[in-house]
Amino acid sequence: MSATPSAARLRVESATIGYDKRTISEHLSVEIPDESFTVIVGPNACGKSTLLRGLARLLKPSAGQVVLDGADINSYKTKEVARRVGLLPQSSIAPDGITVADLVARGRYPHQGFLRQWTDDDERAVLRAMRQTSVTDLSGRLVDELSGGQRQRVWVAMALAQHTGIMLLDEPTTFLDITHQIELMELFTDLHQVGHTLVAVLHDLNHAARYGTHLIAMKDGAVVAEGAPDQVVTAELVEEVFGLRCLVVPDPVAGSPQVVPLGRDRTRRESTTHA
Amino acid sequence: MSAHVDFGRRALVLRRGRIAVRLPFRPLVVCAVLAVAIAGMAVLALMTGSYQLTPGQVLSALTGRETGIVHDVVVDWRLPRVAAALVFGAALGVSGAIFQSLLRNPLAEPGVIGFSQGSYTGALIVILLVDGTYTQLVGGALLGGMATAVAVYVLAHRRGVQGFRLIVVGIGVSAMLESLNTWLIIKADLDEAMSAAAWGAGSLNGVSWDRVVIGGACIAVLLLLAGVANRPMRQMELGDDAAASHGIRVAPVRLGLILVGVALTATVTAASGPIAFISLVAPQIARRLARTAGITLAPAALVGALLCLASDHLAQHVAPTPLPVGVITVVLGGGYLAYLLFTEVRRRP
Ligand SMILES: Nc1ncnc2c1ncn2[C@@H]1O[C@H](COP(=O)(O)OP(=O)(O)OP(=O)(O)O)[C@@H](O)[C@H]1O
Ligand SMILES: [Mg+2]
Repeated sequence: MSATPSAARLRVESATIGYDKRTISEHLSVEIPDESFTVIVGPNACGKSTLLRGLARLLKPSAGQVVLDGADINSYKTKEVARRVGLLPQSSIAPDGITVADLVARGRYPHQGFLRQWTDDDERAVLRAMRQTSVTDLSGRLVDELSGGQRQRVWVAMALAQHTGIMLLDEPTTFLDITHQIELMELFTDLHQVGHTLVAVLHDLNHAARYGTHLIAMKDGAVVAEGAPDQVVTAELVEEVFGLRCLVVPDPVAGSPQVVPLGRDRTRRESTTHA
Repeated sequence: MSAHVDFGRRALVLRRGRIAVRLPFRPLVVCAVLAVAIAGMAVLALMTGSYQLTPGQVLSALTGRETGIVHDVVVDWRLPRVAAALVFGAALGVSGAIFQSLLRNPLAEPGVIGFSQGSYTGALIVILLVDGTYTQLVGGALLGGMATAVAVYVLAHRRGVQGFRLIVVGIGVSAMLESLNTWLIIKADLDEAMSAAAWGAGSLNGVSWDRVVIGGACIAVLLLLAGVANRPMRQMELGDDAAASHGIRVAPVRLGLILVGVALTATVTAASGPIAFISLVAPQIARRLARTAGITLAPAALVGALLCLASDHLAQHVAPTPLPVGVITVVLGGGYLAYLLFTEVRRRP
């Protein structure tokens, strides 16, 4: 553990982040614990993607600052930031006629130069990223011709190929079937265990609680709760943040808190209240 | 060596010292074939005319082994025109490629941000109101084109420029200028309208060595800049957020690319009037030939050069009467638009 409590590599210090005229978060302070698998949860439009954009320097805070490795993130060269912090945006565009490997290789950009466009390191990183996301078999296929889930895994591979110490992932599991979702969660767990810091926006609270080591719950641009999953995921908090009445029971396999929505009376069995 | 990445396309990997590049095979071959085709077309163009020459005479004139009339015909009369067609065509191809990449749209070219209509307005004003010299006409056209492009850019600017907004504003402004142009021509007398139309068609007639050299020097610098910006440009095709997170300063790079793209077309317009549609068609033909991901500049430049040279040859020697090259390229563009319409309709039933 670090010596001082505020020595996290990446943190937001009372920053105001937003767009043009619309402020999304004011006086926001967030710390991403080193080597954690941090999960950000919150309802649609509460500012999760906006926070990630701020953390990756895509948005400049109008007040306060984002600190990376002890210095204001805006004091770095752009490519230097991109070698330390990677971002998988919520949506990206695949150029017409690009193949899977070509797209994954685009993630190597911050490590390349005008004459150094394809080194051994690049090749290794691309191979590893494709293996980790099980897209090696798709390698030579056109991205236009993949299913939504296959395409999403290719985008995750591109982010992994960037091979940064800190990775920000905006809803990496969208479009994935349950097996691939779990595979990805386990991959993220492995990565944070070997020293990467991961920050993911997830909508599945059960995955967040089971795989995340640190949770940040947001509402209306502010952080409502943060900490270990079993402290954050409670019935009261879910009701406060999402306006959803639910039951929180221990996951029978992992023991982590599991959210079971109460829903409308009609869908409930007699014995549900006893879980 | 460990396993290699399968890109689905064969490539030449070159790693020596500080250099490590991966050159996809097909674009390389396509570029080589295009270069050969251009050389052949150039020789044909240098042979053809009222004073017919053989390929051998052309080659020996080019290598300085001819004197007298053959040398004069090839080097002083025909070569400037051929060089102009090649250099201007390449410039137009790259200009269009930059816009199509930035706006992710196969219909994009500097015209979409109003440059073409604006430069025509500028030229018309010089011809009709000032009755100026050729230099003034060029100045007016450049001023008009640049001012319109800047106006469109500023109007579309709202915390960064988005491709779609740029296109919509550009179409609106172009339509307004087009009606202004029509009104100006209706107001003009016949002679003025004729010379305006002649300029507006775009022609390589009377392109002299000094215009080729000056234009060529500008274009060479601009192409160099475009080459340097090529990698960031390709990365920006992934979307602004992805590009920014790869360490690209999206806003200044985009502005720089727009400036280079407009300046390339502006240089050609200054030297020869607007040669329509090459910037629209060349990048798309190049992309289909080279099967690259997104847009790449080198094949687009070569296709542009070949198209311009071939169009000028058709306009001069195959058409029943010599025509401005712009007339042929308009036909080319019409064909391209019809093709796009046809394939898009088929793709979305
Ligand atoms: N480019 C933009 N310009 C202006 N406002 C924006 C922009 N992007 C997002 N917003 C607004 O900022 C607010 C927060 O958006 P954000 O994308 O951060 O939400 P989110 O928590 O990621 O939601 P979701 O779960 O739907 O992805 C929303 O009200 C949204 O409309
Ligand atoms: Mg979001």
